[in-house]
Amino acid sequence: MPPDEETAESERRAMLERLNYAFGAFIPHNHALGMSFVDYAPGVAWMKLPYDERLVGNVETRVLHGGAISSLLDSTCGAAVFIKLEVPTRIATLDLRIDYLRPATPDLDVLCKADCYKLTRNVAFVRALAYHDHESDPIAAAAGSFVIFGNPQRRSRRSGAA
Amino acid sequence: MSRLVEIIGEARRSGNYEELAAMVPYARFLGIEVTTREDGLVGKLTFKDSLIGNPTLPALHGGTIAALLESTAIFRLLVDTETVQLPKIISITVAYLRSGRPIDTFAKGVITKHGRRVATVEVSAWQDDPEQPIATAVAHFLIQPDSDQ
Repeated sequence: MPPDEETAESERRAMLERLNYAFGAFIPHNHALGMSFVDYAPGVAWMKLPYDERLVGNVETRVLHGGAISSLLDSTCGAAVFIKLEVPTRIATLDLRIDYLRPATPDLDVLCKADCYKLTRNVAFVRALAYHDHESDPIAAAAGSFVIFGNPQRRSRRSGAA
Repeated sequence: MSRLVEIIGEARRSGNYEELAAMVPYARFLGIEVTTREDGLVGKLTFKDSLIGNPTLPALHGGTIAALLESTAIFRLLVDTETVQLPKIISITVAYLRSGRPIDTFAKGVITKHGRRVATVEVSAWQDDPEQPIATAVAHFLIQPDSDQ
């Protein structure tokens, strides 16, 4: 591997480790659910929720409770906003709409891809899909907006240009 | 007849709905209970550290509040409709109004539409004061009336 590619790869691994800590072990509820960070791209986050009998909503079908899927979607959406921000700052979910498209299959992990497709000074807009193998066969879809507190990005950009 | 249907039937007859939450593993995992008060059925999420989503503030994870809202809506439907299956959630839209402090949270639902196949519930979650909700939600469910079977 050429040296610059090697540097990029090690930077990427370090970033993934930081994200995994920030959205996994550091957040008690994500940790309790066993959630982990899978991958990232500009404004995009992938997270995983492992199947767990404790998270079941209906003992007869063994399907995961909608609430557990909500937590995965909410966390992954928040992570996508965080990745989109140039300077990390506090964010909070303002609203989240979730469509439950089909029941999750028992024993299978659930993946989630969230895309922060628009970021303004105060608000970030995100959409997300939860799925098992491929996002073309989704379990749930979400659309959310997040409030950004004390976003210094615009100000720093202006002062940078001056 | 499934164990679920039996429990639902027993709860309707006895007016004791605590078993409803106990039969849902995820409700037990989070610590969601059903309590009955003079003014109706109230869902309760007892605070514990594992519910935290923002350890800096600290604040409850939005997903735990959504789960309380969704569960309370389901309990409301089980109690007030003839459905013999667990209602299946179609969609939920949650508005997060205030950050959830690290204390117990309560929720109450109102059935705003009860059709043959679809029921809609509006739910509100609060901590100290029901007039100051921390989150509200509208949820749509597929319900299966007995006559469908």
